[in-house]
Amino acid sequence: MMYKKIYLLLLACSFSAFGFAQDMNALVSKVKAKLEKVKDYTANGKMKTDVAFIKAPIGRVKVFYKSPNKFKLQRDGGISVLPKGGVSINIGSMIMQSGFVAIDAGLSTVGGTAVRVVKLLPEADAGEIILSTLYIDETNLLIRKSVTTTRENGTYEMELYYGQYAAYGLPDKVLFSFNAKDYKLPKGITLEFDDTDKAIKDKMKGKKGRVEINYTAYNINTGLSDALFK
Amino acid sequence: MQSIVKVSGLTKQFNQLTAVNQLSFSVESGDVYGFLGQNGAGKSTTIRMLLTLITPTEGDISIFGYNLNTHRKDILAQVGAVIEKPDVYKYLSAYENLKLFAKLSGVKPTHKLLMDQLEMVGLAARANDTVKTFSQGMKQRLGIGIALVHNPQLIILDEPTNGLDPQGIADIRNLILILSREMKKTVIVSSHLLNEIEQIATRILIIDKGRKLVEGSSATLFNDQQTILQISVANLSAASATILNSEWAKHLLPERDGQLMVGLNKEDIPAFNRMLAASGVDIYSLQARHSLEDYFLQVTAGKQHVGTFTN
Amino acid sequence: MWEHLQIELYKVFKRPRTYLSFAAITALIGVIQLGLMVDGKEYTDFVMADFAGSFSVDGKILNGYFICYVILQLLLVHVPLLIALIAADMISGEANMGTLRLLLTKPQSRTAIVMAKFIASVIYTLLLLIWIAIMGLFLSMLIFGTDDLFLMKSSYVVIVKESDVFWRYAGAFCFAALAMVTVAALGFFLSFFAENSIGPIVATMSVIIVCTILSTMNIPLFNLIKPYLFTTHMITWKEFFDFKVNDANEAIIGSIQYPDKIIRSATVLLVHIVLFVGAAVWLFRKKDILS
Repeated sequence: MMYKKIYLLLLACSFSAFGFAQDMNALVSKVKAKLEKVKDYTANGKMKTDVAFIKAPIGRVKVFYKSPNKFKLQRDGGISVLPKGGVSINIGSMIMQSGFVAIDAGLSTVGGTAVRVVKLLPEADAGEIILSTLYIDETNLLIRKSVTTTRENGTYEMELYYGQYAAYGLPDKVLFSFNAKDYKLPKGITLEFDDTDKAIKDKMKGKKGRVEINYTAYNINTGLSDALFK
Repeated sequence: MQSIVKVSGLTKQFNQLTAVNQLSFSVESGDVYGFLGQNGAGKSTTIRMLLTLITPTEGDISIFGYNLNTHRKDILAQVGAVIEKPDVYKYLSAYENLKLFAKLSGVKPTHKLLMDQLEMVGLAARANDTVKTFSQGMKQRLGIGIALVHNPQLIILDEPTNGLDPQGIADIRNLILILSREMKKTVIVSSHLLNEIEQIATRILIIDKGRKLVEGSSATLFNDQQTILQISVANLSAASATILNSEWAKHLLPERDGQLMVGLNKEDIPAFNRMLAASGVDIYSLQARHSLEDYFLQVTAGKQHVGTFTN
Repeated sequence: MWEHLQIELYKVFKRPRTYLSFAAITALIGVIQLGLMVDGKEYTDFVMADFAGSFSVDGKILNGYFICYVILQLLLVHVPLLIALIAADMISGEANMGTLRLLLTKPQSRTAIVMAKFIASVIYTLLLLIWIAIMGLFLSMLIFGTDDLFLMKSSYVVIVKESDVFWRYAGAFCFAALAMVTVAALGFFLSFFAENSIGPIVATMSVIIVCTILSTMNIPLFNLIKPYLFTTHMITWKEFFDFKVNDANEAIIGSIQYPDKIIRSATVLLVHIVLFVGAAVWLFRKKDILS
């Protein structure tokens, strides 16, 4: 009797989970469908790296995207520093792939907008992404925020702000945050006497790193060649 | 006659060592002033003080009637010097060295002036060779060329013949005579070798251990000095005893080369001679020496003071 | 004075030894450039090993500006030797050669002679730095092109915008010149105490090495004297390559993080120069020339 009860309970749970997943898959698919209107795009952007121990000027970048998963961020001159694995800073990277389970994780708000929280679990075990959480604005079918946990490179958080390209699901601004590991350069290489104030050093420790890209001028569906992404 | 250099009470103390001690002397215009003393007697220190290379501990130096301390630049503009080895910039040519020092001496180094000067010291043909390739004698000639390039009134040569071969020594001697007699320069020349000096000096200063032993004109020195008798005898100790027991005892000098040495005034020689013969000393030879060198050796050896000379 | 200086410069630049330094610099820089041209990737990978674990750096790190920084970093440790080679020889070399006594019997003031000699060594030092700038900066810019300057500091990374780099090099070279003139002043001062040039050259290098060790070692006792050691301040040229950021952690173009550090170091170096040269003049005026 006992066993049967447990079995039924588990069954109920799995059914309900499945039921939610069905709903969420639909939502994700709708978002996906919206995004699929964009076959490719290029955009200019200004990228700001905000990591406590990185002092960098604002750099100009150019991004290229081609459906389903080709993405390239190119510096317009200069040197850029990006967290490892964060090279594919684009919303499509997760959602445009297939083979995941979408689970409803309730409602929330991002910047005053009501959003549905959806957790995406990859079906394959070996993938780099362990878990992805999307905060989807159901009304506009826009992803407002995503949190991605990776196997190798920690957790990234991406906030997206939309403006004139909202119709295409393309953000005007992407704010990418991650846990920056404490970083120390072995002495001897820098050939300098380390006399950085301790207060400054402490300030640089354990802070979240952020990369902010402000996009201007999207060129959508111009028919980019694959060669561009090589 | 005008005193070109006047030194009084000059003293130089290096820590415990008194290199020059209360030295006074004067050099007159037109002199070839021989500055004598053994190595370490204080000649170089004195000369370096004359050239402001060394600061005296005490004493005054005036040159051309001016105090050396207060008129250093004006005085040095009229002085040419070769101090010990004639060292110049080895990586420069003779011409370049001469040009450089002419400028420093306050002379406009025209090509003609420089070539004339090199001609004078016999280096015109080697004008553009680096000094590295020069022999000691050639360097010495270049040094003299440099010392004379600004036509100085006073020329100071410190041990100018050091390291030269006999021909080089003769050349220097001739040059000094030309400077003095033809060009009417005043020359101070130091040496530890008296025979070099006695041939050219008009006046001589002998110093030892930083002190003046004697100063005077060479004519006076040569005329007034005692004659030294060098006597070869059969029995040296017996002969010495004879002299020591006689009234001539104080004239006996330390023996040299197995011979008796006796310092006497010229007019006393016959009497001394008679005394020896009367005492039965067997004499093989008797030689009267007139050289300043013997005197120099004796006084600087500090063994016995032979006599006093006056100017 | 001007004539003196001309003569001293003439002597300096007539000596083969002088050009040895320029040749050495050319060779050193050439080797670094060649090495980085062939194996630069390895070098940057090595330097950034720790950093590259978490970040991917994109762009032309190995550009002319970066190469010059590497060159300065490596070279400014060795340039003091080349400067000592001339500066520490200024007086002792002449004493050794025997020309000092001849020089000082000329109707010139000793102060003028000694100042001319010092200024000549300063000019040599500056020319050497200009040569480093030509070879290390301009030639590197020509060979490797220019881009942002990516630097690893001991506790943070700095990326200087391409357009913001050049003036920093100008400042850094000026500062390096001051540091190297301090070395020249030290060598010059030490050259009074010997009648051969090897002694003062070795002494100069020894002083620099010992002081650098004291500056580098993190021991409380040494930390007390560190601020007064000129070697501590010789590398302050690096401060030109650090800028301020605003509250949003955005680089403020054209700013310097610690301008006060540069001013303080420059002051310490200047005081050293004045002390060394002042002592040299004072000693030289009363020195008995016995060589």
